[in-house]
Amino acid sequence: MKNPKNISELVKSLAAILLALVIGACFILISGESPLIAYGALIEGALGSPQALANTVSKSIPLAFTGLAVALGSRCGMLNIGAEGQLHAGAMASVLFALWFSFLPAPLLLAVSITAGIGAGMLVGCVPGIFKAKFNTSEVIVAIMLNYICTLFTSWLVNGPYKVEGSTAQTELIPESIWFGRLLPRTQLTYALLLLILTAVLMYIFLWKTSAGFKLRAVGANPNASRTAGIKVNMYLITSMLLSGGIAALAGVTEVFGKYHRFIEGFSPSFGFTGIAVAILGRNHPAGVMLTAFLFGIMDMGSLRMSRETMVSTNMVTVVQSLVILFVAAPELIKWQKQSRAKQH
Amino acid sequence: MEIINNFLSLTLQLSVPIVLGALCGTIAERGGVILLGVEGMMLLGAFAGVAGSFFTGNALAGVLFSILLGGLAGWLYALFCLKWKAHQSVVGVGVNLFASGITAVMLKAIWQKEGMSETVASIPNITVPGLSRIPVLGALFRDQSPYLYLMFLIVGGVWLVFYRTKYGLRYRAIGDQPYAVQTAGVPVNRYRYTAMIAAGAIAGLAGSYLSVSQNNLFVVDMTAGRGFMGLAANIFGGWQPVGSLAAGMVFAVAQSARFYLTDLEIPSQIVQMLPYVVTLLILLFVGKKVKGPEALGKLVN
Repeated sequence: MKNPKNISELVKSLAAILLALVIGACFILISGESPLIAYGALIEGALGSPQALANTVSKSIPLAFTGLAVALGSRCGMLNIGAEGQLHAGAMASVLFALWFSFLPAPLLLAVSITAGIGAGMLVGCVPGIFKAKFNTSEVIVAIMLNYICTLFTSWLVNGPYKVEGSTAQTELIPESIWFGRLLPRTQLTYALLLLILTAVLMYIFLWKTSAGFKLRAVGANPNASRTAGIKVNMYLITSMLLSGGIAALAGVTEVFGKYHRFIEGFSPSFGFTGIAVAILGRNHPAGVMLTAFLFGIMDMGSLRMSRETMVSTNMVTVVQSLVILFVAAPELIKWQKQSRAKQH
Repeated sequence: MEIINNFLSLTLQLSVPIVLGALCGTIAERGGVILLGVEGMMLLGAFAGVAGSFFTGNALAGVLFSILLGGLAGWLYALFCLKWKAHQSVVGVGVNLFASGITAVMLKAIWQKEGMSETVASIPNITVPGLSRIPVLGALFRDQSPYLYLMFLIVGGVWLVFYRTKYGLRYRAIGDQPYAVQTAGVPVNRYRYTAMIAAGAIAGLAGSYLSVSQNNLFVVDMTAGRGFMGLAANIFGGWQPVGSLAAGMVFAVAQSARFYLTDLEIPSQIVQMLPYVVTLLILLFVGKKVKGPEALGKLVN
């Protein structure tokens, strides 16, 4: 953070968060509650005890994975709006492989299932990349279609051929030998955290310490100049979406292996879309993404306590998060006064 | 015969929000603004309809309220995209999340309930005497919402403005060559703001259909993807008003089919997937020939 540009980015991010919290406070006032009490309960609920803190971290893990996925795509100029579909595909594939090959020894089974999950995410992820590279179709449009195709297809699997007896749409439990172990007893924090840190570090090394990563970022910064410089632009568009899809899938895989131990319909409260907010606020940098995901985790975890102690809905957090997206996405918003004055001259 | 009539009737009922949503996409995107926020604007409209009907006791006032709020949302959307130069797809995602959150928060603030609101006055369905007896086509006139006829009127109106007025000609040109049109002296941004407000108002209207015409209450996230479905239909229909109408109908058929496939072996999720798969295949096979507006996402000063 020695770079002045980075500092101004950080200030803008903080300003966006602050502005979002202030507007959120206004809505809390409209609901007839005190913003101080509501936000106090939120902080207390998220960070008040070691268990709460561990659960907060656990809640931020899927957001960090989707955030990293979106960030990687964005570095190549691709907005991966399809993380929601990719994580559904990844979660389902990993569960199916765990059930099909349950006779394998645990370490091998774990490796096979996780690989299958990542593979499924990559498969779904690379499609918008291919469309973009071959037909110049907006990756956003294709990814939206794929979101529906993936959620509906997994919904069919979990309501039809792989449904377990009972009223809930869920598959059978995967073998207990491959559940992720807990880092802290009586919390939801599991080894998923280690997988996340590993992913973030690998992503950092790839993007900033390898020539392929450099070229990928070059394509994102200026595809035409990159093409002129002899970079295979189309290949990088596809690669970025391939990797992005794989990382997004891990959000689903870790939820399955750490929390539910099976595929349950509707397990993702749109992690994929929130991941876009996480990536933007985190400035598409792995460290920024992790930090933002933790911040969003605090909001998600704390909102439960807030809604118990006040009449404010847990959805208040969604409002604040969406405002953060809007404010960070609009670079001219903070300086537009100056701009419009300059234009008049 | 009976089953065909019921099927048609249900399809028409389900088509209204999808067609109107597709039209929002067409209106915004033909002028070059990417509108991923239809879903959220529709949800805001649905909520405004119920809130308006609740506070005034008059369902029509609710509808008016949702059109106004939708228009306001469209204007803000344009402000973010055009004035503050935000990434347009990201604004869409933000608006959708915002709508989902704020409607749930206000629901709790007004009715002290989670999940759904109290019931309010709603718009009654109408049956046209005589016409409703016509075989097959009679479904159009039997126990349908007035919104259905409004929908056809709006599609026709947009078509007229797009293809039969100089404003429409200029506006479509903006979507392909904004700089050239600006050089010719047309106030590009004024056209775009107007179109975005119109798109927002239509999205709001579509939302109120769900809440005060098909239902008489607001349910959290009640749009359930219809806005996105509309956007898909807009692409499927080739970014054209009549195309949006036809494509919206195709999506509605797939939606209503699931109520009739319970006895057959085909799972409903697979049927619902079909329109999305078909849209993808169209993009794949027609490839570079199927072209949206060329300047999608491009700004002028």
